[in-house]
Amino acid sequence: MNPMNYVYLSSFLFAIGAAGVLLRRNAIVVFMCVELMLNACNLAFVTFARMQGNLDGQVIAFFVMVVAAAEVVVGLSIIVVIFRTRRSASVDGANLLKY
Amino acid sequence: MGTLLAAQSHQAAGASGVFSLTWLLVALPMLGAAVLLLGGRRTDRFGHLLGAALPGAAFVVGVIEFIALLGRDGSDRALSQHLFSWVPAGGFQVDVGLLVDPLSMCFVLLITGVGTLIHVYSIGYMEHDPDRRRFFGYLNLFVAAMLLLVLADSYLTLYVGWEGVGLASYLLIGFWSYNPAYAAAAKKAFVANRVGDFGLSVAIMIMFAQLGTVSFQGVFAGAGHLSEGVATAMGLMLLLGACGKSAQFPLQSWLGDAMAGPTPVSALIHAATMVTAGVYLVVRSAPIFELAPNAQLVVVIVGAVTLIFGAIVGCAKDDIKKALAASTMSQIGYMMLAAGLGPVGYVFAIFHLLTHGFFKAGLFLGAGSVMHGMNDQVDMRRFGGLATVMKVTWITFGLGWLAIIGFPGLSGFWSKDKIIEAAFVGDGWRPWVFGLAALIGAGVTAFYMTRVFLLTFHGKRRWSEDVHPHESPLVMTVPLMILAVGSAFLGLLLGPTGALKTWLEPVTGVPGDESTALPLWSLTVLTVVLVVAGAGLAWSMYLREEVPVTAPRGSWLTRAARVDLYQDALNESLLMRPGQYLTRSLVYADNRGIDGAVNGLAALIGGTSGRFRRLQTGFVRSYALSMFGGAALVVGAMLLVRL
Amino acid sequence: MNGVLAAAGDTSTGEAVGFWILAPVAVVAALGMLFAKKAVHSALLLALTMLCLAVFYLLQDAPFLGVVQVVVYTGAVMMLFLFVLMVVGVDSADSLVETLRGQRVAAVVAAIGFATLLVLGIGNVTMQSAGLDDANASGNVQGLAQLIFSTYLFAFETTSALLITAALGAMILAHRERHQRKLTQRELSEERFRGGRNPAPIPGPGVYARHNAVDTPALLPDGTPAEISVSRVLVARGDVREVPGRGEVVLREPDGEPPAGAAPSVRTIPLDEDE
Repeated sequence: MNPMNYVYLSSFLFAIGAAGVLLRRNAIVVFMCVELMLNACNLAFVTFARMQGNLDGQVIAFFVMVVAAAEVVVGLSIIVVIFRTRRSASVDGANLLKY
Repeated sequence: MGTLLAAQSHQAAGASGVFSLTWLLVALPMLGAAVLLLGGRRTDRFGHLLGAALPGAAFVVGVIEFIALLGRDGSDRALSQHLFSWVPAGGFQVDVGLLVDPLSMCFVLLITGVGTLIHVYSIGYMEHDPDRRRFFGYLNLFVAAMLLLVLADSYLTLYVGWEGVGLASYLLIGFWSYNPAYAAAAKKAFVANRVGDFGLSVAIMIMFAQLGTVSFQGVFAGAGHLSEGVATAMGLMLLLGACGKSAQFPLQSWLGDAMAGPTPVSALIHAATMVTAGVYLVVRSAPIFELAPNAQLVVVIVGAVTLIFGAIVGCAKDDIKKALAASTMSQIGYMMLAAGLGPVGYVFAIFHLLTHGFFKAGLFLGAGSVMHGMNDQVDMRRFGGLATVMKVTWITFGLGWLAIIGFPGLSGFWSKDKIIEAAFVGDGWRPWVFGLAALIGAGVTAFYMTRVFLLTFHGKRRWSEDVHPHESPLVMTVPLMILAVGSAFLGLLLGPTGALKTWLEPVTGVPGDESTALPLWSLTVLTVVLVVAGAGLAWSMYLREEVPVTAPRGSWLTRAARVDLYQDALNESLLMRPGQYLTRSLVYADNRGIDGAVNGLAALIGGTSGRFRRLQTGFVRSYALSMFGGAALVVGAMLLVRL
Repeated sequence: MNGVLAAAGDTSTGEAVGFWILAPVAVVAALGMLFAKKAVHSALLLALTMLCLAVFYLLQDAPFLGVVQVVVYTGAVMMLFLFVLMVVGVDSADSLVETLRGQRVAAVVAAIGFATLLVLGIGNVTMQSAGLDDANASGNVQGLAQLIFSTYLFAFETTSALLITAALGAMILAHRERHQRKLTQRELSEERFRGGRNPAPIPGPGVYARHNAVDTPALLPDGTPAEISVSRVLVARGDVREVPGRGEVVLREPDGEPPAGAAPSVRTIPLDEDE
């Protein structure tokens, strides 16, 4: 099997994640889709690391995880705050910043 | 010409002794102006006395210097006093200095002498005006500026005085500025003067550009190296300045309206002194004009045209002051004509200027005295028969009248006759054209001045019902008498004796012995005959026949002359209207074109933004879609480039 | 597709089998997450996808990342998601009706187009698979540590600042402003006594109790069940066991009157049923 298949898989997962971000309205689900995109990227990194024969890709994937962890913490607290004030976690609800 | 250059560029000796007092001539009236204008109402009580006393003091200084000057040798009569360094800018050095020489001394005596008399007269004339102090302040300001003008030793300093008299003239014409017509007249005078001032300033710039200096001495010394073209340009620009200030054709239109000012102002500024500044400028700049025959010719033409022009206008005016103003214009035309003739005419230009200063001041003050007695009425058709009730005014005005028409023996005869003679000097067509113009002008002058005199003092009484004419107080009649004596005998004193000629020779040079186109005696006879004819015509028209109270329609020439030969209409249609149209079209272009483009662009951007604004829906997912679409495009583009 | 030639012997058969089994699972789970109506289902499906990915990491000589993926992502992050879902409401379900005009079509087109572009781009690349045998010679973790503490030291240190900042930010965001003064202990106890409620602890099962389960009321000395010894929720749900021969436990308001609708819902469960 060609390792490139991992990359194809990564592409599909990324596209699915992106579609989820665009389609879903529940902020938490949107957030999950973002996580999916990050994970897809990580898969590509790991695959490339293997193909290149060095560990840099894995290190980058590691950093992505760290950053994603931080992001999840902040993002979820924002969602909680929004929910607290609006009683809803719909991303369409908060649309006051417009023309 | 050589002698002339030598005379004018001769190094003036430093002032010492009484001549170190020269600065007082300017400073005294200036002090008066400062005190009266800055002192406010506190000086109301004594303002008029101070205002009259300071020019008198200046006159005393002038007389002392004159006597001292008489005691010096003829070639040693130019004394300069350096006051301070004004513009010390590298290669451009302008010092403010005063120059006393025979020419400026003539003017100093005329300005301070006649000026003092008019100040004294004004004490009576303006007695009931609440703003008398301010009036004297302005008059003093004028005297100071005029003295600075004639005493300056460089064109730039002269320019300061030139602008100063223009300002004073503006302030005094508009003295009763609550009357909109008077305020408009002041503005008109100021604007017309500005056109002339522009010419003078350009002339000064040419001097600096070509010679690097603006002092009389430097300019005249360097004038010999100038090409004729430059000299002609300089001369024409100086002439433009002179035309503006002296109300010469084509800038003469303001003088008639300038009669809106109080009558003493008309007498001092718009008859005796300021309007002659142009003649002074031309005579003073003689070394430049000598190098530019074409410019001289233009000066002569301007003078001739103006003298005929003024005479014609003078014949038709019913307003006594406007008739006198037209006469002033005409007489200055004589001076200008003489000044353009070269050394043969300079002396007579100045001579006529001096005599004219006396008799015209006398005539104006006489007119003021009449108005004083007639409730400020100026329409001569409402006068008549005043000789019996205003004896002093009648006699003094009569002397002035005889002087101006050139009655043999009186001042005008000596000075004007000499100008006519000088106009006939030369050969070719010029003596005939200019000489005949001067000759005819003398006849017309006799006609219209006789008309003024007869309409005012003789014939039936055509007074309005509520006027009770009376003689003016002594404070007004005494100056009238002194001026009348001057009008009568000044010419005799200066002319036949050759005193003025000798006196001015260091400045104006010695004319060659030139012959006239006609024998001298025939010219004199012709002049007298024309004068008598003019006066007789006036007598037959205005004394023998009934004078209607309302003016008859008159011939087309009369009607044209009543409106200053359409000068205002011409100015309006040639200059004002096109200017208005230009500004209007510019405003239109600005509003529609430039503003339109700018506003259109703004509206376009605003409108587009207003539509694009709708993209900001506030929905995060829309934004995310845009971002994602953009990312897809970027990836696609990269692939396209790489593949 | 030059990659096909070069890739023939790149992966072991075992890996290929694992991939072909797990890759569809991952994709299906991802799609499921996308289409699940309930957020909880989405979260669980995402966790499944992540687990698949963890296996892929392990297969690709990245044991450290595989473990981290399970521990941090599937373990911590996803649990955090579930936790927040609990706060927001486990039952919350999205309506699947799209409200933004054209958004759905555009999103699908964009996603498919993007995937197509990526596939096209990747398909045109030739890459030799070098394998990580050399790099992992002294162990995967050691190899990563080597890099992180040398080449990527600065970035690594920076992430610590990032984590601290994130923790602080989360605290600030989640902090609720207090609008009233905090009550003192004295005020609290005064309130408790003034309220007229039973100030003492809720009684235990009692002397004659045969059970100490929470759904069994305590018995008073006279053998009657004590109402206050069972949770009101249990009473409301009717999950309270009956004390034989002592009648039902009835939910009462503090003033002693039984609420109107409470009694009919009480369901009795024989005590012996589950013995």
